[in-house]
Amino acid sequence: MNTAVEKRGERWSWWYLLFLVQWAAVLWPPFYNSAEPTWLGMPFFYWYQLAWVLGSAVITAFVYLVTQR
Amino acid sequence: MHDVNWVALSIFVLLFAFITWLGFAAARWRKGDLDQLHEWGLGGRRFGTLITWFLVGGDLYTAYTFVAVPALAFGAGAVAFFAVPYTIVVYPLLFLVFPRLWQVCHKHGYITAGDFVRGRYGNRWLALAITVTGIVATMPYIALQLVGLQVVLGGLGVSGSGLAADLPLIIAFLILAAFTYSSGLRAPASIAIVKDILIYITAFAAVIVIPMQLGGFGKIFAAVPPAKVLLAVPGAGTTGAYGAYATLALGSALALLLYPHSLTAILSASSGKAVRRNAALLPGYSFMLGLLALVGFFAIAAGVSKLPEFAEGFKQFGNNYAVPALFLHSFPSWFVGVSFAAIGIGALVPAAIMSIAAANLYTRNIHCEFINRNPTPKEEAQLAKWVSLVVKVGALVFILFVPTKYAIYLQLLGGIWIIQTLPAVVFGAYTRWFNDWALLVGWAVGTYAGTAMAVAQDLKPAYPLKLGGFLLPGYTAFYTLLLNLAIAVVLTLVFNAMRAKRVDETVASDYYA
Repeated sequence: MNTAVEKRGERWSWWYLLFLVQWAAVLWPPFYNSAEPTWLGMPFFYWYQLAWVLGSAVITAFVYLVTQR
Repeated sequence: MHDVNWVALSIFVLLFAFITWLGFAAARWRKGDLDQLHEWGLGGRRFGTLITWFLVGGDLYTAYTFVAVPALAFGAGAVAFFAVPYTIVVYPLLFLVFPRLWQVCHKHGYITAGDFVRGRYGNRWLALAITVTGIVATMPYIALQLVGLQVVLGGLGVSGSGLAADLPLIIAFLILAAFTYSSGLRAPASIAIVKDILIYITAFAAVIVIPMQLGGFGKIFAAVPPAKVLLAVPGAGTTGAYGAYATLALGSALALLLYPHSLTAILSASSGKAVRRNAALLPGYSFMLGLLALVGFFAIAAGVSKLPEFAEGFKQFGNNYAVPALFLHSFPSWFVGVSFAAIGIGALVPAAIMSIAAANLYTRNIHCEFINRNPTPKEEAQLAKWVSLVVKVGALVFILFVPTKYAIYLQLLGGIWIIQTLPAVVFGAYTRWFNDWALLVGWAVGTYAGTAMAVAQDLKPAYPLKLGGFLLPGYTAFYTLLLNLAIAVVLTLVFNAMRAKRVDETVASDYYA
C-alpha cells in the first residue's frame, strides 16, 4: 500500500469541518420541533431527523473518500 | 401471565442453539493462539471492515437499547428520539479520533484505554482512575442486558416460581459465559452477524407490517397524545426541553465511545482505515434505531397496554414490555420467535464484549500493574478468561437479587462517570499538552459533582442548571464534563508554569499509519 496516501487520511483536513453541518442540523431542536410538514403521515420532527441519518452517512462517506485520495 | 407460546418458544430455542454452536465454533475462526491476551481479548486485531461493522453495531446497539428506547417513546414521547441525533453526532467522532487511537494502540500493543493512558502520560494513578471508571460503568450495563433477555422470556410465557422462574435466564447466561471463556472476542463477532441480520429483519417487518395493520403513520400519530408528539416549546428565560434534548444527545454520544466495550470492538479492527470506513457505514444502524423508536408509538396506537392479556407483563416489566406486547399482538407466532430471538441474542453479544473489555482492563491495568508485574502471556490470558466469568456471574447475581431499577440507575450514573475519562483519552489522542495530575483532579471533581448532581435529582438524567437568571436544564454528564475540562485546563497551566515533568512513551508518528 502507498504509505503517502495512507498518511494523508490521518492528518488534519479542512473537509472535516463538514461534520459541523450535521451536528448543527440535529443539535438545534428549533430547526425541527414542528409537526408540519408531514411526510407519509409522519410529523416533521421524526422524518427530518431520520433523513439526517442518511445525510450524515453521505457526508461521512464523502469526507472519507476525499481525505483518502 | 398468559400461556407458553410453544411455536415462538421453539423458534427462539432453535436460534439460541444455533448461536451457541457458533459461539464455540468461533474459537477456530481466523485461528490464533488463544493463550495470548490480544488474541482472546481482541480477536488478534484481524477483523476487516465488514466484520468490524457487525461487531461494533452488535456492540453499541444492545438488547436494552431495543427495548428501552421504544419504551421511552411509549412512556415519554418525542424525547426518546434523542437516540437519533445521538448516533448522528457520534460517528464523526469515531472517524476523527479512533483511527489515531487504533494506530497508537497497535504500535505499542495497547489493549485498553488504561494501557494507552499509562503509556501516554506515564502516570499509573491516572491509568487506574480510567480503568476503575471503565469497569464500574460497564458492570451495570451488563446487568441491563439481562433485563432485555428477561422481558422477552416473560413475553414467551416462560414463567414459574422461585428458582424455576429464573432458570432460563441462568441457562442463557451460562451459555454466554462458556463460549466467551473458550472463544474470546471471536464468539461475539461471529454471533453479531446472526444477531444483526435478525434485528434488521425484525425492524423492517415492524415498521412495514404494523403501520399497515394500524392504518398508516397518520393514524398512528393521531392516536399519540399531542403533548408526546413534539418537544415542549421552552418558555422565557429557559432552554427547557430543547436544551435537555440536545445535551442528552451530545453527552450520550461523547460517552458512548469511551465505554470499554466500544474501544475493545474498535481495536479489534485490522486497520485504522477499517475504523474510518465504519464511521461512514455505521449510520445504517442509526436508521434502524430511529425506526425502532417509532415502534413505541405503534404500541400506543395499538393500545397494547389496555389489552387484558398483557396486563400481567406490563405489571411486571413496566413500559419495557411495550415492544414484546406489540410484537405478540401484531406478528404470527413463528415471527414472534424470530423477533424475540433477535432481542435475546442481541443481549448476549454486547454482554460478551463488555465482560471481555472489563476483563482486559482488570488484567492489564490492575493486576499486571499493581499485583503481579511480570506474568507470562499465558497467565495473563488465563486470568482475563477467569475475570470475564467473575464479571458475568456478578451481573447475574445483581439482576436476580437486586430490583431492576437499581441497574437502570447505575447505568445512568455510568454514563456520567465514563464521560469523565474523555479529556485523558480523546484529547490524549491528539495532544500531550494536558498535565496528568491536572487530568486526574478534573476526573475526580467531575465524577464527584456528577454523582452528587444526579443523586440530588433523584437520578434523573437532566439537571436544572441555574445561570444568571436563566434556567438551563441539561444532561448532567455534559455539564460535569465541562467542569472537568475547565479544571484540567487551569491546573495544566499552573503545573506547566511550575515546569512539571512530562513523560510520554509515544511519539507523534505513532498516531499515523
